[in-house]
Amino acid sequence: MAEMWVNMGPQHPFNHGLWNLRVLMDGETIKYAEPILGYLHRGWEKSMENRTYPQIIPLSDRLCYGSSMSWSHLYCMTMEELFDIEVPERGEYIRVIVLELQRIVSHLLWLMAFGVDLGNLTVMLYVIREREMFLDLLQSITGARMTYNYPRIGGVRNDLPPDFERDCIRAMDYFQGKIDDYEKLCDGSKIFRMRTEGLGVVKPADAINLGLTGPNLRASSVDVDIRRDDPYSVYEEFDFDVCTHDACDTYARYRVRMDEMRVSCDIVKQALEKIPDGPVRVKVPKNAPNKTAVARVEDPRGEGMMYVVGDGTDKPYRLSVRSPVFVYVSAANHMLKGHKIADVPSVMGSIDMCLGETDR
Amino acid sequence: MELYTFIEGIVVWLVSIVQYILNVIGLHGLADWLGGAEIVNILTYLGQALIVFLVGFVICLTMIWQERKTLGRLMDRRGTRIGPLGYAQQLADGFKTFLKEIIVPDKAWVSGYNWALIILIASSVILVGIIPLSDGWFLSSTPAGLLLLFAVFSLAPFAILIGGWASNNKYTLIGGMRSAAQLISYEVPLLLSTVGVILLAGSLSFGDIVAAQDTIWFVIPQIIGFIIFMIAMNAEVERIPFDLPEAEAELVEGWGTEYGGLRFGLIMFAEYLRGYAGAAIAAILFLGGWNGPYLPPELWLLIKVFIIFFVFIWIRGSFPRVRTDQILNIGWKWLMPLAMINLAIAVAFKMLGWF
Repeated sequence: MAEMWVNMGPQHPFNHGLWNLRVLMDGETIKYAEPILGYLHRGWEKSMENRTYPQIIPLSDRLCYGSSMSWSHLYCMTMEELFDIEVPERGEYIRVIVLELQRIVSHLLWLMAFGVDLGNLTVMLYVIREREMFLDLLQSITGARMTYNYPRIGGVRNDLPPDFERDCIRAMDYFQGKIDDYEKLCDGSKIFRMRTEGLGVVKPADAINLGLTGPNLRASSVDVDIRRDDPYSVYEEFDFDVCTHDACDTYARYRVRMDEMRVSCDIVKQALEKIPDGPVRVKVPKNAPNKTAVARVEDPRGEGMMYVVGDGTDKPYRLSVRSPVFVYVSAANHMLKGHKIADVPSVMGSIDMCLGETDR
Repeated sequence: MELYTFIEGIVVWLVSIVQYILNVIGLHGLADWLGGAEIVNILTYLGQALIVFLVGFVICLTMIWQERKTLGRLMDRRGTRIGPLGYAQQLADGFKTFLKEIIVPDKAWVSGYNWALIILIASSVILVGIIPLSDGWFLSSTPAGLLLLFAVFSLAPFAILIGGWASNNKYTLIGGMRSAAQLISYEVPLLLSTVGVILLAGSLSFGDIVAAQDTIWFVIPQIIGFIIFMIAMNAEVERIPFDLPEAEAELVEGWGTEYGGLRFGLIMFAEYLRGYAGAAIAAILFLGGWNGPYLPPELWLLIKVFIIFFVFIWIRGSFPRVRTDQILNIGWKWLMPLAMINLAIAVAFKMLGWF
């Protein structure tokens, strides 16, 4: 067969959102892959300049509904940097708890999509079942199930509900057994290993050059985690492992996320043990000082970063976002070249696409 | 009682009623013509065809229902809930496809687009006629029944390739190519795995093969052949993990992307008919066919068919999809040599005089 261009997208079952992957194929082999973005562009950064600081929080949830908590947390953290305020310790602990719950939810959402990409619907339905449990927990704190609008500049909106600690620990214990089930269903299947091992290999040096962060970078055996290396909130209080894997392939990315869910359970348990009493929120001034601030966070997908310029008014002069997946899509060609077209969903699915934060 | 005799009795009874009415009216010539042997014969065959088609249709509906219910249990959800035990959902879905608009893609090769579908569905419906439910229940019985069955069975890749090409869509083209590669390469181990059974039974006729399993089912001496047959048949009927031609994650819906509405419904119908055919061949060749105590033989065959189909559903519920090169590797590098070994075992049994 001669070479031919195939558009995987903008509407295609494998891309979870609107983007286009133009693939040059020779038969079924990929010779070149070219990601095209811009189908979902909302002008997020520009519209923020017309809103006051508290009004931005609900929109920062919408950056990625898969991990809305960590994005609004990142926004609030940047603003605390700008206003130079200190969050009460109980507020920080609650933030860590909800962030780790959000990380589990996000990884479960990823595993669901990955199962569908590989053609195994059972994974999807099992994972959705357990995700409900965590959504219930988050709902009991925040009242919402997807876009939580929970962190506030200077703390969080409200305290933990009564009985939360009991429910949460019970859910964690139950869930750690369920991860074993997923591993039996996925790792135990020869076909799953055939479809993931040795695919989309990114060597450590390439991963750093391509700008991969988060689980994808750790799957390339680079031991970097912002939670440990540049701790924010109260992460330095906890003792947790940073999961890495040496295989650098799609299977390694799957493996790292599964391990991270276990670690997140561990962190939540530690946080629930250590959580102190006290207020969860402090008062903040209305107008920002005339300076800039930057903060970064370990999003479930990688390194999220926000940069804000305050000009003395109640609205930001400029607000800019560095989103992890926007960098990942440029690695598409590096990861896909030479593979078959059937590997596009499994390889691109393994980097955990989220188009809301990518296109903004 | 044979199906033919049974339907002939009904036809003769109906014809005699009509003859009586015609004689009362005074149309004696027409009544005599209607009572002739040829007309009764033709009407009997028509009735037989109708009954076999209806049986195929009901089996197909039941298989869809079984698939939905079993997958529901495997995936920890309910499956269908409309009607008694959720059975009416299939009828509702079938009715829904009637209401959809039929769209032919722009710049498609229309005659190829339509004929591919016709060949696929016709060949699938013929399968139900060829497969006997018992030694009395069949539409056509030839000494080379198995050969005829596989000949009709292997018409599908041709139709799928043409359909994928004619739809004028890159996904369907890739799906059609994949389907051709997959189905053709799996025909070989599929046929080779049945050769052992044919050798042991010494016949290509379904009746003889089932009769030869009176004492022992062929699944015991031909266990390797049975496993190869199940894997290859899973690939032939395009079910997960071998559903590459319609892999919805990478090729949207593969070669069937452009077939919408009723055409899609018919494709699904044909797919389940092929699934039924595959399970029925497995039951007849390896699991003793309609042999069994107490129950009527037709029921025994259907029970075995649904058990085998359950295995297909189970596999679907627990495996992801394989890749194009991997499926060809499995077919040529593993199943082919294994089928050869299986054939050698069958030859050894035959030479030892055990069968």
